[in-house]
Amino acid sequence: MADLTTNFAGIKCPNPFWLASAPPTNCGEQVMRAFDAGWGGAVWKTIGEPITNVSSRYSSIDWNAQRMMGLNNIELISDRPIEVNLREITEVKRRYPKHAVIASLMVESKRETWHEIVKRAEGAGADGLELNFGCPHGMSERGMGSAVGQVPEYAQMITEWVKEAARTPVLVKLTPNISDIRVVARAAKRAKADGLSAINTINSITGIDLDTFEPRPNVDGKSSHGGYCGPAVKPIALNMVQQVNSDMVDGPPIPMSGIGGVSNWRDAAEFILMGCGTVQVCTAAMHYGYRIVEDMIDGLSNWMDEKGFVTIDDFRGKSLAKVTEWKHLNLNYRIVAQIDQALCIGCQLCHIACWDGAHQ
Amino acid sequence: MSEVESTFVGHPEVAARFPDLHPAFDARAAVIEANRCLNCFDAPCMGACPTHIDVPRFIKKIASGNVSGSAKTILEANVLGASCSRACPVEVLCEGSCVMHGKNEKPIEIGRLQRFAMETYYGAGGTVQLRDRKERRERVACIGAGPASLACAAELRQLGFQVTAFDRRALPGGLNTYGVAEYKLRAADSLREVAMVRGLGVEFENKEIDPTGLEDLEREFDAVFLGLGLGAMHRLAVDGAMSSCVIDALDFIAGYKTGTRLNVPPRVVVVGAGNTAIDAACAAKRLGAQSVTILYRRRRDNISAFQFEYDHAVREGVTFCWEALPKAFSTTGNGVALTCVAVSQDDAAIPVPVAGSEFTIECDAVIPAIGQSPLLELLSQARHVTLERGRVVIDRATGQTTNPRYFAGGDCVNGGREVVDAVADGKRAALGIAAWLSKRTEAHVG
Repeated sequence: MADLTTNFAGIKCPNPFWLASAPPTNCGEQVMRAFDAGWGGAVWKTIGEPITNVSSRYSSIDWNAQRMMGLNNIELISDRPIEVNLREITEVKRRYPKHAVIASLMVESKRETWHEIVKRAEGAGADGLELNFGCPHGMSERGMGSAVGQVPEYAQMITEWVKEAARTPVLVKLTPNISDIRVVARAAKRAKADGLSAINTINSITGIDLDTFEPRPNVDGKSSHGGYCGPAVKPIALNMVQQVNSDMVDGPPIPMSGIGGVSNWRDAAEFILMGCGTVQVCTAAMHYGYRIVEDMIDGLSNWMDEKGFVTIDDFRGKSLAKVTEWKHLNLNYRIVAQIDQALCIGCQLCHIACWDGAHQ
Repeated sequence: MSEVESTFVGHPEVAARFPDLHPAFDARAAVIEANRCLNCFDAPCMGACPTHIDVPRFIKKIASGNVSGSAKTILEANVLGASCSRACPVEVLCEGSCVMHGKNEKPIEIGRLQRFAMETYYGAGGTVQLRDRKERRERVACIGAGPASLACAAELRQLGFQVTAFDRRALPGGLNTYGVAEYKLRAADSLREVAMVRGLGVEFENKEIDPTGLEDLEREFDAVFLGLGLGAMHRLAVDGAMSSCVIDALDFIAGYKTGTRLNVPPRVVVVGAGNTAIDAACAAKRLGAQSVTILYRRRRDNISAFQFEYDHAVREGVTFCWEALPKAFSTTGNGVALTCVAVSQDDAAIPVPVAGSEFTIECDAVIPAIGQSPLLELLSQARHVTLERGRVVIDRATGQTTNPRYFAGGDCVNGGREVVDAVADGKRAALGIAAWLSKRTEAHVG
């Protein structure tokens, strides 16, 4: 029988399924309901000086009439006072001591301010800290979020400040809005971070209304780039996670919490095969509710039983060695379509794929 | 003739009793269904459609949100695309040929998608648009204003010719207006299509053409298209068949569709088991008959109605009496006694009455639906137009009859088939007429 219990960079939890720092982890009542539903951990909606959130925050990409292939948001960090969030963290930890509560933090880039928020979060009972260096909109214009995450020197400096004060594991959340995600991952390693989370959301404009010419997300006739997430970003996330988890510069890889389009146990298994210790979920939970974790646990356990894996570590990272540079691929390996006439239904799409879609 | 079709108002009672058999797609459901289509390269549905609508093309335009483009794609091939989407037996045509059957999946709902495109387009004020072409002075007369003539007339206008359609009935549209079950195609929908054809510049005249009339037409018109349909329904060959309790099926259907026959007595017998018989039986049920029995001289396996039509009748509560022939009527104090006789049949032979097997069905109305007779009276004298078994003989490629000035299509040629067959015939004949007139003009000029 599969054992899903997880020890991620020293943070213990019943399973590797965490809710990402986002609206589903906005308050204690939500996090406790999520734990009741089966989630192993929750990264609290980013705590900092409270800001005002607007109501028009999301824009969905529907594809072939399927809802929400991708989701874009221009939401900011928590709009609740720091002390309320911290008091609720204490309450959640008192009631759910075995579940992981990670405090996501974002404050202005001052050493004392970071020291203070770290001490307060740990004092409230958080099992770990996640530094939000990824938020791509709003906060970045104020010198926080991805404004830090895009400059390795800043990321290293702030991580070092945090490590000076922190007693719990420190995770650095990476932004994908950078030409090489490994650069900031290395900065985090140099600053002795205990782990990483990747990826944060991707800068995006989801579309344009062809009647009004207003791009989405639409806020009273104007748009601004928002963070893209959901099933559509999974391939990009898997690639970035692989790059970081295979990178030996500035030391061996450190624990990685995989994020980006994880919607079910299959996606989770793929991120773990790519070396992640936990996965974080937001869009799917927002779309279908906390209840989705039931099948994530059940499906992953059944798959592990079928494959003969007992613990998460038994298969973690197994696919990393199967990714290589293009020049190392076997150039003599050929894939050629086989047409089985017995299975043909007569759509002739093979004909068009070959005629128009292939080298002629 | 005024624009009669614009003054027609469906009877509210009929609207209430004959709601759509198949619900319309809403926009979202249509897009989902459109996205199921594989977009086959050489799509069999297109070949299965007598008018060869480019089905994958119009479906993918629905998927992309280009609904007006979708409707225009349909209209390009079939000017009666709206009524065909409702009246076509898609199960045996486009949807029957869908490759999805090979995957053990439900075929794409082509009929409902076509209806969605057409109704959305017309609903938003869309019309059939005239191509960019030169007007020509040659005139063509269409006899009858049913689907074959409408298709022929529309295509001739698209080629620049001057067209007048003559029909003996008050409303144009033929069986589309008067004969298709209202829960499939409303008379008002048929008339909307007539208005589209009129919008192309076709003139309509409410006038019955007799043999002398044909001669007159020849003086006025350069060519004549015969889209007459079929004649009166066959009469029951039984004693007392002229009883006032007997209503032929097409009169019955036309009566309720136009709101003039809304009362049906409690016990109805329909004779025959073709698609028209099913339509009449279901209509009788919906108009209030307590019992409706279909009487048929052969077995269940031999009926000419489509399987889905039979299933529909069963669902409507119609009962069937197999292997029985009506023999005589007699009026009773309380309706009609229909004396029937059981018949036995070898599969190949004509059913033979079984002696001594007579039985009586008490009823209040009898609706014969045993086929229409060909329109022999007019055609047999029609200017050297050859008939064969009552059907007009044509050249399949051009629709031209043995009298080169006369072309024909629809039921009067094929003996009674689907609306979409009539549309295909009419359009083909229009091209034949255009080619023949052009050649004739060149010869004159030459």
